[in-house]
Amino acid sequence: MARLLECRLNGRDRADAVADNVLLLDYLREKVGLTGTKTGCDGGECGACTVLINDKPTLSCLTLAVTVHGKRVDTIESLGVDGQLSAVQRGFHEKLGSQCGYCTPGFIMASAGLLRKNPNPSEAEILEALGSNICRCTGYVKIIEAVKFAVALNAQGVPP
Amino acid sequence: MDALPEFRVLSPKTLDDVVAARAAHPDSKPLGGGTDLVVNIRRGIVAPPVLIDMNRVQELHAIKADERGLQIGSSVRLSEVAEHADVVKLYPVVAQAAAHIAGPTHRNMGTVGGNLCLDTRCIFYNQSEWWRDANNHCLKTTGTICHVAPKSRGVCFATFSGDLAPALLTLGAEVDIAGPQSRRTIPLNKLYIGFARQDVPITETQGDGKFYLSLRPGEIVTAVRAKNTPGLRSGYDKIRIRRSIEYPVAGVAVALKREGAKLADLRIAFTGTNPRPVLLDGTQALCGGPLDERVFKGLDALVRDQIMPMKTTFTPGHYRRRVAGVLARRLLTRLFES
Repeated sequence: MARLLECRLNGRDRADAVADNVLLLDYLREKVGLTGTKTGCDGGECGACTVLINDKPTLSCLTLAVTVHGKRVDTIESLGVDGQLSAVQRGFHEKLGSQCGYCTPGFIMASAGLLRKNPNPSEAEILEALGSNICRCTGYVKIIEAVKFAVALNAQGVPP
Repeated sequence: MDALPEFRVLSPKTLDDVVAARAAHPDSKPLGGGTDLVVNIRRGIVAPPVLIDMNRVQELHAIKADERGLQIGSSVRLSEVAEHADVVKLYPVVAQAAAHIAGPTHRNMGTVGGNLCLDTRCIFYNQSEWWRDANNHCLKTTGTICHVAPKSRGVCFATFSGDLAPALLTLGAEVDIAGPQSRRTIPLNKLYIGFARQDVPITETQGDGKFYLSLRPGEIVTAVRAKNTPGLRSGYDKIRIRRSIEYPVAGVAVALKREGAKLADLRIAFTGTNPRPVLLDGTQALCGGPLDERVFKGLDALVRDQIMPMKTTFTPGHYRRRVAGVLARRLLTRLFES
């Protein structure tokens, strides 16, 4: 059964006919065409599919699209504005927080969610906030550096 | 686009509508955060024709914690419980247990009701469809034997691994249940029936890893409540193979009272070991004296007697039982001396 799904996706209102059994991840990638959000483990273990729903990091691979009706959804595509990278994006770029890059959108969204809630996190809070994401390349050290760099940029007024 | 089988999602706005929807669709499943149910649907373990989204019901989102008691609605998010200032201060065991669940993103999604009713787990159950098919399935799905205990004569040993249940059991919590016949309140301990006894048939009060909740058809958990016990010290600890998104080797909740040098009250509950969360029987007999070898020996005996991990995870059962005992002893010591 399909129904009308209305949500605010990346700052713009959308309305789509969506079947009940469609995952938010598939809605974003296949229906809307926003392929920045990645399909990883398909079972909620890796965090590659992380998006923000009402500013909270959420796994889009375990969320049914119809359940975000009336909510705000932000994907990785929402971050860079007018060609300017966001603080977290610049952090990952300049501190080499990304290697193969597959987990990166998930890490960036989880980090952006952290900075929206807590603009000045400690290292322990950064580690805690990234606990739902897995990276098999970097060993995490560069990712933590990237987030710390983003915290500093954010303090100078670059949006997270 | 067809990662999932066909199903309908109903989004009732009131509790009465939820109960009516459950009654109208007996094979439906309540949907909280989806971190347990949607995974199982994707793996072809369950295929409910109707999901009932519990998140639009306002009254299930209430959370209240003060000096008199604690009350949490079943749709409250786990992160909300973990971060709630009054829960952290007055009911630390509950906040700590919530903070130990999976990872931060999962806690933004998962609900209290979902964690209390969490499906039991087993390495022969939480697998893809082709994996299970190649192993002739298991008792918990459509198979005829339990691969963990092939001589179990129809008893399933899948393990309960929710973290909130043991924490709330040490507080003597009750659960509110709504169903088509009536609303009722039962002690939380009576919700869990995974005794997995081979000598008694499965009934409403005696179940196993497959029939692990005493909920009747169409019933749902709507809230959990606990009274405040002044002077109670409580905490939660868990050991996992890694620190996030991993099911427990063992989890333990401890609540105790100390009067001078004496242990005056003691309650200990475990998760990740049996097909139900286990509130240890017999801890009262350990009270009355100082925290010494007598208490620890007695505790070891109770754990040996009542904690029964089977080979349902990659870590062997005898190791998990030892971990459970050691974890309880450490937490008990820490709380007593704090």
